[in-house]
Amino acid sequence: MNKKSTRQHDSKMGKPQKKRSLADKVRKTKTSTEIKNNPFEVKINRKKFEVLGRKSKHDVGLPGVSRSKAINKRKETLLKEYKQKNKSSKFIDRRLGEYDTNMAPEDKILQRFAIERQRAHDKKDMYNLNEEEELTHYGQSLAEMEKFNDNVNSDDESEEKGLLSAELTASHFGGGGGLLRRKSGDQPDEEGIQRARSRQELIEELIQKSKQEKRERQAQKEEAQELTEKLDQDWKSIQMLMVQKTPKAEKEEEKPKLEEYDMRVRELGFEMKAQPSEKMKTPEELAREEREKLQKLESDRLRRMMGEEAGSSAPTQIHMSADDLNDGFILDKDDKKTLAYQDGLWNIAEEGGGEDGEDGEEGESGEDDESEEEEQDEDGENNEEGEEEEVDEEEEGEEEEGSSEGEGEDGHSDLDSESEQESEDDGRKQDDEENNATQQKSLSKEEMKAQQEAAKAELPYTFTAPESYSDLKDLLCGHTPDNQRLIVARTQKCNHPSLAVGNKLKLQKLFGFLLEYVGELATRSPPELSTIDKLIPELYTLCQMFPEAACTAMQSFLADAGHSLEEVLEVKGRGAFPALDMLIYLKVTALLFPTSDFRHPVTTPALLYISQALTKCPVRSLQDVTSGLVLCCLAVEYVSFSKRFLPELINFLAGTLHLAVKDKSSLGYAVVPPFRSSGKNNDLLVLSDVESCKKWSKKELPLSATQHLELKTDLDRDQHRLMCLSTCLDLVKRCCLLYKDLTSFPHIFQPIRTLLFKHLLAQTLPEPLQELHSTILEVIGSVSVTNNPLVFEKKKPIPLKLLTPKIVEVLDYGKKRGSTKEQKEQERLKHKYKKEFKGALREIRKDSRFLATEKLNEVMSRDAERKRKVKELMGSLATQEGEWKALKKRKRK
Amino acid sequence: MAPTKKRNVSSSKPTKQSVITPKTEISHKVGRILKNRTRANDVFDLLEFLQSDNEKDFKRAVMSCNKLFCTLLKKKDLYIGKLPEEEEALSGNYSAEEKYHIFMRHRYNSCVEILLDLLCHEVHDVWESSLCCLMKFAAAEGQHPLEDLDWSEHYSFPRELIQRVVDRLLSKTVDNSMLISRFQEFLEMADVSYYTMSSIRESFGKIMDKNKGAVSPIYQYNVFALMSNISVPSQESELTNFMVKQEAKHEDWKAAKLNEHKRVFERMWLGFLKYKLPSSMYKKVLVILHDSILPHMSKPALMIDFLTAAYDVGGAISLLALNGLFVLIHQHNLDYPDFYKKLYNLLEPSIFHVKYRARFFYLANLFLSSSHLPVYLVAAFTKRLARLALTAPPAAILIVLPFIYNLIRRHPSCRVLIHKPSTEDEPLEDPYVMEEEDPALCRALESSLWEVKTLQRHYHPDVSKAAMLINSPLSEQEQDISEVLEITAYELMEKDLKQPENKNIPLEFEKASQLLVGGGNVLGQHFCLN
Repeated sequence: MNKKSTRQHDSKMGKPQKKRSLADKVRKTKTSTEIKNNPFEVKINRKKFEVLGRKSKHDVGLPGVSRSKAINKRKETLLKEYKQKNKSSKFIDRRLGEYDTNMAPEDKILQRFAIERQRAHDKKDMYNLNEEEELTHYGQSLAEMEKFNDNVNSDDESEEKGLLSAELTASHFGGGGGLLRRKSGDQPDEEGIQRARSRQELIEELIQKSKQEKRERQAQKEEAQELTEKLDQDWKSIQMLMVQKTPKAEKEEEKPKLEEYDMRVRELGFEMKAQPSEKMKTPEELAREEREKLQKLESDRLRRMMGEEAGSSAPTQIHMSADDLNDGFILDKDDKKTLAYQDGLWNIAEEGGGEDGEDGEEGESGEDDESEEEEQDEDGENNEEGEEEEVDEEEEGEEEEGSSEGEGEDGHSDLDSESEQESEDDGRKQDDEENNATQQKSLSKEEMKAQQEAAKAELPYTFTAPESYSDLKDLLCGHTPDNQRLIVARTQKCNHPSLAVGNKLKLQKLFGFLLEYVGELATRSPPELSTIDKLIPELYTLCQMFPEAACTAMQSFLADAGHSLEEVLEVKGRGAFPALDMLIYLKVTALLFPTSDFRHPVTTPALLYISQALTKCPVRSLQDVTSGLVLCCLAVEYVSFSKRFLPELINFLAGTLHLAVKDKSSLGYAVVPPFRSSGKNNDLLVLSDVESCKKWSKKELPLSATQHLELKTDLDRDQHRLMCLSTCLDLVKRCCLLYKDLTSFPHIFQPIRTLLFKHLLAQTLPEPLQELHSTILEVIGSVSVTNNPLVFEKKKPIPLKLLTPKIVEVLDYGKKRGSTKEQKEQERLKHKYKKEFKGALREIRKDSRFLATEKLNEVMSRDAERKRKVKELMGSLATQEGEWKALKKRKRK
Repeated sequence: MAPTKKRNVSSSKPTKQSVITPKTEISHKVGRILKNRTRANDVFDLLEFLQSDNEKDFKRAVMSCNKLFCTLLKKKDLYIGKLPEEEEALSGNYSAEEKYHIFMRHRYNSCVEILLDLLCHEVHDVWESSLCCLMKFAAAEGQHPLEDLDWSEHYSFPRELIQRVVDRLLSKTVDNSMLISRFQEFLEMADVSYYTMSSIRESFGKIMDKNKGAVSPIYQYNVFALMSNISVPSQESELTNFMVKQEAKHEDWKAAKLNEHKRVFERMWLGFLKYKLPSSMYKKVLVILHDSILPHMSKPALMIDFLTAAYDVGGAISLLALNGLFVLIHQHNLDYPDFYKKLYNLLEPSIFHVKYRARFFYLANLFLSSSHLPVYLVAAFTKRLARLALTAPPAAILIVLPFIYNLIRRHPSCRVLIHKPSTEDEPLEDPYVMEEEDPALCRALESSLWEVKTLQRHYHPDVSKAAMLINSPLSEQEQDISEVLEITAYELMEKDLKQPENKNIPLEFEKASQLLVGGGNVLGQHFCLN
């Protein structure tokens, strides 16, 4: 009934629906752009303001489209519901598992498919030609294809198959019609004869045909297979007979040959391209580069002097020793040449060439020494250490052969093999542990060089890094200073950090031990300062390699010295001048670290220590004076570049000059502790005999004079005094020049000026000192005593307060602001609710309107129907009436 | 007990005569003496042991003496009153009982004598136990006085014994600081300290009079050590610890009154300070003056003379006298003329090098914290300190610079010292007169702090940074000086040494090839290796 009614309804509604559907159709046929471009479809929403950067979604509306959409939607939902109203009959979907939510969609599909198949089986079984259902592809059974048992005959059969398949496909996809058509085209006479044959018969014939074909094909296939198998067997037997001699190896060889070829080709592809080597630099270029580097370092130094924070590019990075190969550097082609040397000469030449830029640790003087040594030893090397050298040579020769044969395929493996051989060589001298360690690591060029160098001297070539200070002492004991240096250098090279994991630590320790050794050398009597002098380059190299370790080692010495001085000061209130070793340490510090930095972890404490020593240690002997002057020299060196003001230095120099003043009454200046204006030890530098001035000539004082002096006669003593005085005056002169720019220069040098002007007269001094004396006074006098009054540094004017707008996060425009978050949220929700409510209301209204129109339509259509029916009835009645009247008329007539 | 003892003695005597330990012997003897008056002569053996070199013997002897005489005192078996001579006692008409008492009293006296002598013994244990024993005697004597006293007027206290002990403590030849510090334990008892103070005063006065003021520094040192160990409690209620409890009228006893204590204390110190002191002693007194002497005096103003004299001495002593003067000015309304002028003249280069630097700057900070000081004065101080900073070690400069800044902050009119914009274009010579003693005439206000400008080039980074502050207007907040007062050069060093590992340690880029080369070659020019 339902169905009927709907149909009825449809038919009834046909007219208006048709109309609408027509309009829809028109609309649908139009593309969206067409609609959008149609001015009748488009409604443009007026905007009050243009807001930059905002994308408006709703500037253009398509009311027609949206209305039709809405109506359609309602038709699908609301209208259906309305139609279903008060109806109890229902459509139930009885498909399998339609309402079963537990079932997975795949299962559903599978089961449905299974049922369908079952059903189909029953019905279509009779039409199924094969016993089993066979899936085919391209006319071939899939099952067959899956076997893949033979594809030898595929080539042979291709044509036939192609034909067959074409036929078959035609019959399959063309359907019966095609077959019929062909038949009709091909055999018109036969058709005529067999016209009587029914369709059934035809099909049966077809089936039989195809079955036969299949059988034939199978047989053919089997035959072919049999044949090929037989052929194979025959061939094998013949082969066995014919080529029994050919060995397997050859057969195998055949393959590698091919592979080798491939490999070679590939190798060519992968081979490192000859990289463009840097062109040889002209001396000018080299000089310029060097200068640029120095300029950069200098600017860095200046920056640090001003106390700015050091950037990432510290000079340490740039100035890494060329020997430092921490970065896993791989030998390049140039280096390979060095490996393939045949005799010492070649190698030396090579070395000489490579040395200029790379051998950072060798100072210029050291280099000379070395090369001399090398030259000397060149001749005798084979005799002296022939064995070693021979072994080296042999191995290297082998290596060369190997590489020429192409055993080593690339540089790395070459390197490895080499390193193994090398380390074997090493192992003869070094202990086993060392050997193992080195075996794992590849040897660098430096190692090679170190070895070859070692071969040219009498000393052993490799040294294990000393584990303790006493080890180092044992190592260096009894050698000449030059040899000691060489030993240290070799130890350092043998234990280069790139060679083994633990080497870095060993060398770091070595630095500490060396420092300690230096200290001990300085404390020996007489101090072996020349040895220290020789060790300086090594210390410098090690320091460049391990700045942190060097820093900590130096710091620990300084801290110890500072601490002990502090302790003595606390107990006694005064200290003793630092011993020679400490003086040497301070000097070494200045050599290793930049003294001009605004703040430096090593040099700042060192300078503090110097100042502490200069202020807290009273001068009680000529040795003390000498020590103090050494400290002053160091202090001047420390500040010579940065020109920083060191009050203690001036105080000490003034005090020292004060010691030389004969008449200590009525002083016009004040001396600063540790000096006192009067007291014992205050005439230390007063000459005992005025005549000694004449015999005096300037010469350098030995550093050991800080420890003990052997001055027997008064004359000797006077000579020493004058020496101290000359040093002191020279330092004063240097200070004057250094501090010329200081604003308080006159006040700083006022005591010295008075002293020199009034108390230590030039006439009492020897001639060279008189000159110094007058220069100092000149310099002091020449500096201007006037200064500008202090003002604050000009600052940028402080800008007026800018009243920048306060930015508040606004969620909904036009809403209240400044409320709390919860309130805002509540507002937002309220607003949303209102919007939704309104929307819902609108929708409901639209729905009811839609329903009303529908109802109206229904009523109208019903009325129309009724009217029509009534009309019909009336019409029929009228005809009846008419007929009846006509009959009656006729009767009457 | 007795039989065993007897048996013990009888059995051991014949066989192990030599082995008998003095211990048993001595302890037996005490028992025997106490039990049996006929064995009284054994006391001599005891006294002999007291003088023995064997430490163990001595200790036992001390213990038994202690026990013996304390018991005797308790039993009142020692003669009370004026002691007759021994011969006199034998001949005189005394009863046997009295004779025994006299005899024992004499032994007691000699025992005390021996112990007093032993106080100067060099072995630690010996003098310590002697002292303890003597103090025990004193306590016992206090309870059972040996003097025949009129109870209503006098309080019993072994004054004589204490006097003798104190005399021994204040040795003229030996440094008794150990002994004195041990004695300090007894000084905690109020009566002991009271009577010690008066004894000190007496003996010091006597000796000074005898020697006309010229005494060995050791003696003075001992006196000072003992005196500085005496402290007077701040409240009367703290006077609770007594060696001798008086039975009657305890509250009226002088030793129980705080005022009396203060008076004795004051008189003791004044007596001591009346005489000329060596400068080291002077300093020592001045160091403790303000917090352990002045508060305990009944009239601190009496110290004015001493302090002004010290202030005029100059140098470190003046610096130290400042502290005492400050207390007097601050708490006792001392009006000191030209105080600031003298303070100004104390500013010498040496103040940065003396031990009492921190104390001086602490006080100077206090003195100059007044906002009622005239500007010229503050400017003079500022300028002078700045000038002196040119010769100061970095640790001192780090005190002086904040000090100067604080002064300028407190007195904004001193800002011209670091900011004088009007006369910017005309360079001038420093008008400040360093040699002028009167701060009013030194023309500091016309000057500028060029010295601080110079210190901006100081070698130490902290100093340099601190000096940089004058480049811009100073902040309002004063810097707390007390933080930097105690800083030492080593601490400054440590600051750099213990900085967290800096990853990039800048290195010298000029290759070092020789020891003496490099750095302007100053060392190499004047010195050679050999």
